[in-house]
Amino acid sequence: MSMKAKTRRVDSVTVVDISGRITLGEDLTELRQLIRNLLAQDQKHILLNLADVTYIDSSGIGELVSGFTAASNQGGQLKLLSLTKKVHDLLQITKLLTVFEVYDDEAQAIASFQKAAGA
Amino acid sequence: MGGWSPAAMASEPKVIELMLASTLKSVTRAEALAHEVCRRAGFDEDEQHRIEMAVHETMINAIRHGNKEDASKRVQLAFKIFPDRLEIRIRDQGPGFDPGHVADPLETKNLLKASGRGIFLARTFVDEFRIRKIEGLGTEVTLVKRKNSNKKSDEGGKHREYEGKNPPR
Repeated sequence: MSMKAKTRRVDSVTVVDISGRITLGEDLTELRQLIRNLLAQDQKHILLNLADVTYIDSSGIGELVSGFTAASNQGGQLKLLSLTKKVHDLLQITKLLTVFEVYDDEAQAIASFQKAAGA
Repeated sequence: MGGWSPAAMASEPKVIELMLASTLKSVTRAEALAHEVCRRAGFDEDEQHRIEMAVHETMINAIRHGNKEDASKRVQLAFKIFPDRLEIRIRDQGPGFDPGHVADPLETKNLLKASGRGIFLARTFVDEFRIRKIEGLGTEVTLVKRKNSNKKSDEGGKHREYEGKNPPR
C-alpha cells in the first residue's frame, strides 16, 4: 500500500494523517514537499499522525528527521503522534526517541504546542 | 516454491536465486520474495518483518550505492534455507565500500542526519551481517537469521537501556 497523507487543522496545529508505507520513492518526495509547503505557508506547528503507517524504512526515517530539522530551523515544531510498535521500535534503536516528541493522545499533543507557544 | 516441508529442508538447503534489475521495483520484488520464503521457512511474523527490512535496506544499498542505479548492472539475490537458519546473499556489481567508513548513526553528531541508517538497520535485524568485496565483480552482503534466535528488533545490535524522552512500551 503506497503512502497517503491528508492534512487537517486543529487550533494552531496542522495534523498530517499518514497511512501506508513511508519508504524510498515518489511518496517520500511528496511527503517532503508537503512539509516544506506547510512551513512556507507559515504553518509551523506540525503533528504527524503515524497511526496507520504500516512500514517505514531508513529513507522514511531520514525524511522525518529532515522535516523535524526544517521545522526547527524556521522556528517551528514537528512532533509525532500514535506510533505503531514497529515504528516505535525503529525510532528507539536509532535513538531518535531522544530527538522527537512523541504522543499517544492527540489532545495532549495539540496542547503541547499551545504550551510551547505561550511560554 | 511449492512442496517445502521441514523434513525436506533437513536434508539439504533449499536455494532460490534470481537476478534483478537496478531499480526500486526490484526492492519490492525482493521483499515480497523474502516474505514468502520466511513464511514458508517457519519464521514468526516479527522475524519475517525484521528479515524483510534487512533485505529492503541491503537491496537499496546495492542498487543505489553499489550499482548507482546503472540499468546495465544487476543485483543477484539468493536465499539459502537451512533447517536452523536462513542465509540471504545480495551481490551487486559496484566498486564496494568499507563498512568501517560508514558513520555511526547513533553518535549524537549524526542523529539529525537524513541518511546513513540503512546498513545499521539491516545489521540490527539479523544475527550475522557479512560484507565481502569480490575483486572485479562487486560487493556481496550475506545476511544470516537463525531460527528462534533471541535477538529482538529493539536491541539495536547490542543490549541498551531505554534512552529517550518518551516512555518505553
